[in-house]
Amino acid sequence: MSKPLSLKRIILSSFLSFYSLILFAQPVADSSATNVDAVMRSNDKIYVVMAVCITILVVLIIYLIRIDLKISKKEKAN
Amino acid sequence: MKLKWWKIVCILLLFFTFSAGFIIKVPILGNLHQSIRNFFFHVPMWFGQIALLALSLGYSIAYLRTQNIKYDIYAAEFARTGIIFGSLGLITGAIWATYTWGEPWSNDPKQIAAAIAILIYLAYLVLRGSMTDFDKRARISAVYNIFAFFIYIPLIMILPRMVQSLHPGGLEGAKGGGNPALGGDSLDATMKMIFWPAVLGWILLGIWISNLKIRLGLIANKNLINE
Repeated sequence: MSKPLSLKRIILSSFLSFYSLILFAQPVADSSATNVDAVMRSNDKIYVVMAVCITILVVLIIYLIRIDLKISKKEKAN
Repeated sequence: MKLKWWKIVCILLLFFTFSAGFIIKVPILGNLHQSIRNFFFHVPMWFGQIALLALSLGYSIAYLRTQNIKYDIYAAEFARTGIIFGSLGLITGAIWATYTWGEPWSNDPKQIAAAIAILIYLAYLVLRGSMTDFDKRARISAVYNIFAFFIYIPLIMILPRMVQSLHPGGLEGAKGGGNPALGGDSLDATMKMIFWPAVLGWILLGIWISNLKIRLGLIANKNLINE
């Protein structure tokens, strides 16, 4: 326990404590549907928007990581 | 593949925001309906801008103290990402306003002040571009950046709250006003549990993008930097 209040620990622990929210979320999806298609159509198709946004986020993050790796390579070459 | 821990936290927080932000049940208030979910996307843009511009200010002060051109690159890139975040905040705000206030631009004090704030920072970039001597550019733009930050904060946080505004957080008694921004009971407990991780995730994303541009800037100007 060298650094009891490091920024890393504070952020990680606060982040993990918020993940308990997933427990709130499950009954909403499960009660109305049994398969993926029905879930996507439930609640005025809000999950379709969610899928679109997550797709955009995934691609942008992958793009960001690739740029990051390229710059790291360039930094090493210099 | 090695990613810094805070970049992984950023990715996890954003995925959390984008999934839980759509899944949770939100309170239906007034004419907001489901658009209250914008809270997880539009509002963090401004938090992100404040954080990025504050970092930019910090590095401008660091430059003036040390005269190390490295800090000038840091300050400029944080300001650039800050401008992007602010512009996104304005655009997303206008989309939302179309369906809640009736028009994308109502000349609301909050909108005008936010637009002026972005123009002040665009002037910072114009000022930088107008000088070729890098020492002079770094010093003058650092001084301007300090001025810009301390007019930026009153513009977006103080002035809109002192007048009647459509935007949440305006003066009590105005048309649609009086609804607090982040205070009191305006945000229910579940929304707060998504909102604050969302703010942190978006801020980290802004820092990540700036970090990439800073590293490119450091590579490009490595002959100017005296370690």
